[in-house]
Amino acid sequence: MAQDMTEKELLKMELDQLKKEVKNERQMISKTGKELKDYIESMAAEDPLLKGVPEDKNPFKEKGGCIIS
Amino acid sequence: MATEGLHENETLASLKSEAESLKGRLEEERAKLHDVELHQVAERVEPLGQFVMKTRRTLKGHGNKVLCMDWCKDKRRIVSSSQDGKVIVWDSFTTNKEHAVTMPCTWVMACAYAPSGCAIACGGLDNKCSVYPLTFDKNENMAAKKKSVAMHTNYLSACSFTNSDMQILTASGDGTCALWDVESGQLLQSFHGHGADVLCLDLAPSETGNTFVSGGCDKKAMVWDMRSGQCIQSFETHESDINSVRYYPSGDAFASGSDDATCRLYDLRADREVAIYSKESIIFGASSVDFSLSGRLLFAGYNDYTINVWDVLKGSRVSILFGHENRVCTLRVSPDGTAFCSGSWDHTLRIWA
Repeated sequence: MAQDMTEKELLKMELDQLKKEVKNERQMISKTGKELKDYIESMAAEDPLLKGVPEDKNPFKEKGGCIIS
Repeated sequence: MATEGLHENETLASLKSEAESLKGRLEEERAKLHDVELHQVAERVEPLGQFVMKTRRTLKGHGNKVLCMDWCKDKRRIVSSSQDGKVIVWDSFTTNKEHAVTMPCTWVMACAYAPSGCAIACGGLDNKCSVYPLTFDKNENMAAKKKSVAMHTNYLSACSFTNSDMQILTASGDGTCALWDVESGQLLQSFHGHGADVLCLDLAPSETGNTFVSGGCDKKAMVWDMRSGQCIQSFETHESDINSVRYYPSGDAFASGSDDATCRLYDLRADREVAIYSKESIIFGASSVDFSLSGRLLFAGYNDYTINVWDVLKGSRVSILFGHENRVCTLRVSPDGTAFCSGSWDHTLRIWA
């Protein structure tokens, strides 16, 4: 647990982690950023909070009466 | 002995300088891929219009600060937990309370709905995560069926079921995260790496595989492999505690909210922070963040009682929502993205659409 570790132990843990991470594979933001944008554009039409949903279709929009006959 | 003391200090100092130089190298490697800014990639994307989002329901019934909430997969039920130890299950369409249980501890900081909708999990100052099956038998005492699953050595800050009711992931003030088998209470995997309390976690969308992200008081966000227990990537760009982390819907990025009054977006494949959502006028901590269905909007609740809505691609704020009368400390978009729910220290939850 972090609270039981000495400053030295915490530093060693951090060092081991950093050594691993330096070797990670990475891609260019021009590529990955574009993919984030493409994802949004492909899903945008289906996003109710983005596009808005007609009052009668969204269960939260109007606290209408429900008549049970 | 004097010489031993000197040796101790030397090692500590050399470890520190090694860490600093590695961090520098990591930054250099990451900088090589920083060829554009996210908002530049999004230059030609249509700007967003006016947003009209209002409180559509107010859930009243908690006697003290609401600390956490979660949606049921049925997109209508909500579980919430409070400082006074109460955990309530609501029907958000009607605002009716369907279940209520009082925990043996105060500050129930974490709660979660099981994927089946048949149980909830919660915990806080009791250092545990307990599972309660939900029953509609009015004669049954919910508390009687309680099952203790997780045991930490400090408070429980967050919990989440994995893809099934069988496993729970927890985060704790003891600096660790852990994966538990619900039936046996057995610890399946523990995740060590944070240097201080872990405050939040989020599971990657199921298509992306077995990873999760956690954020803590050490200002770090860490991405973990659930099977091996290893930390895959870590990010340390926030200037204070990270209160909330949430995956981008595609699983390729995640957002964070921090006491440094900013929210940030981290791209997992570029392995770096790619956006900061902040304004000079926003000086209070962001407690909770979540994305709209497409990932275009980021909703963030703040300690100044407001909710800010950010354009994820362009980095600008598109709306500010008022209504809560105290800190907003928990916020989640519904499973089908039709609304989002916020919980506050003002004892209420609000549904916005």
